[in-house]
Amino acid sequence: MLKRYSKLTRAEFILYLREPSGFFFTLIFPLLLMMLFGSIWGNEPFPGENFGYIDFAVSAFIGMVILTTGISGLTTSIAAYREKGILRRFKAAPISPLLVLMAELSSLFVITIMGMLLLLAAGVFVFGMHFYGSIPEVVLAFVLSTLSISALGFIPASLAPTARSGMIISNVMYFPMLFLSGAALPREMLPPFLQTFSQILPLTHAIELLQGLWLGGHLWDYPVQITVLCGVMVVGFVIAAKFFRWE
Amino acid sequence: MDNSARMKDLTLPTLGTVVRVEELRKSYGEVCAVDGISLEVSRGEIFGIVGPNGAGKTTTMDCIVSMRRPDSGFISVLGLDPVSQRKTLLEKVGIQQQESELPDRMKVREAMELFSCFYKNSLEATGILSKLGLSDKTESFFSALSGGQKKRLFVALSLVGDPEIVFFDELTSGLDPQSRRSMWDLVRGLRDDGKTVFLSTHYMDEAEKLCDRVAIIDKGRIVALDTPDSLVRSHAFALSVVMGIPDSFIENELESIPGVLEVFREGVKVTARVRDSSAVVEIVKLLVDRKIELGDFHTEKSTLEDVFLKLTGKEIRN
Repeated sequence: MLKRYSKLTRAEFILYLREPSGFFFTLIFPLLLMMLFGSIWGNEPFPGENFGYIDFAVSAFIGMVILTTGISGLTTSIAAYREKGILRRFKAAPISPLLVLMAELSSLFVITIMGMLLLLAAGVFVFGMHFYGSIPEVVLAFVLSTLSISALGFIPASLAPTARSGMIISNVMYFPMLFLSGAALPREMLPPFLQTFSQILPLTHAIELLQGLWLGGHLWDYPVQITVLCGVMVVGFVIAAKFFRWE
Repeated sequence: MDNSARMKDLTLPTLGTVVRVEELRKSYGEVCAVDGISLEVSRGEIFGIVGPNGAGKTTTMDCIVSMRRPDSGFISVLGLDPVSQRKTLLEKVGIQQQESELPDRMKVREAMELFSCFYKNSLEATGILSKLGLSDKTESFFSALSGGQKKRLFVALSLVGDPEIVFFDELTSGLDPQSRRSMWDLVRGLRDDGKTVFLSTHYMDEAEKLCDRVAIIDKGRIVALDTPDSLVRSHAFALSVVMGIPDSFIENELESIPGVLEVFREGVKVTARVRDSSAVVEIVKLLVDRKIELGDFHTEKSTLEDVFLKLTGKEIRN
């Protein structure tokens, strides 16, 4: 059981890295953006604060990786599996389809971690990034955010009648979150009404939580964010469990 | 036998029977795909189902191998129930599906390694790949394979778990003649190894040459089931005598010969369908007596295709 699971996860992982667009948008693009903005704003502490732009923004770029694997990566793989009949081949083997799904999620999780580590390495070695939080709390927030956004990705994968419409719905979820929840651009740059609007985007809460913890906050300082993320996770997985079909 | 006796009989395992299907039915909404199919497959035989497109071949196979749940009917494969004992069943059978895919960027070797880890007993990938002529493709991506190579890879995957029964759906469609012949050899080799092969095809020559027994399916029902020889003997004319006769009209005289069942002309080609070879002798005598100038003279044996067309009609199906 464990051997099958790890082999499948490994296979999914390798397949993801071989897909040039997946590789670029999850691992390279966030890094490039961070380097770009970092080279503009540097990491000098803001006046009256002990942190600079990179210390503040690294969480946003981590959020971007979470978004890309959770929404885009998941929908793309599931759409391909369903539409092309790859799962049909797996169904003819003595394994549970759930195992395939678990492996898919796990491999995306590993890729998310890789994306995060790349950002952290660049932050530390290029910009001399600071860290004021507690590692277990940040790890917990990272896992919660990843699960929550992946669960969100399951909603179009479960409810959309065709793979194509699933992709469209996932894009409709992806781009607003990319630009409005602070992932690609700091939310502070947005006009006030968009800042208010961005509160309905789950990724906004993930990024706020990660940012807060990174700069020395504690989990109990963020009840709203944690509630929203847990809520999204539960709703997403309940919808997936109820409506998800392989064919 | 009345129905209750029949159903009672089902509980007794028949010696050597590895697949048993009784009154299988499956509809998709309004469309009835399988409408009461019953069949039995013995250990070590090559059993084929043939039928026009949409006759219910794939659905029948899918139900037997637990890929679909039947609406009603009884199925037992190696004594297992496909619905409740799915996983145990899939350990023991290999399946090559008509329509399936692998991820584009998965390599042949990786696919073999991945699928072999799903089975408790698995065979060595290199041996299977070389049998299927894929030894030099192990590092190729799935998307880089030709249609025939993909098909051979799926056959390889179906064998990786060392199955007792192998199910091949449209085994050789899309293959070139060389690959078809080598696929036939492979299937015969499987039988020689004591495995049972259950295949579907729409090539009649394939069914005739390869299968020990053939079921002809039409509109979700079995219209005939026997060895290819018996099917031809009981359903078709034994021989067709084909004559090139440009300028004599002797159709009526041919028809009056005992043993001649049917005569028809297509241009200069006159075909007489006869029951046995004694009628051929009479035809030759007539031709000699009448000093007919012949452009061509040969006999054709009836084939399974003739039986198939006779039983399923000639109109084109979708």
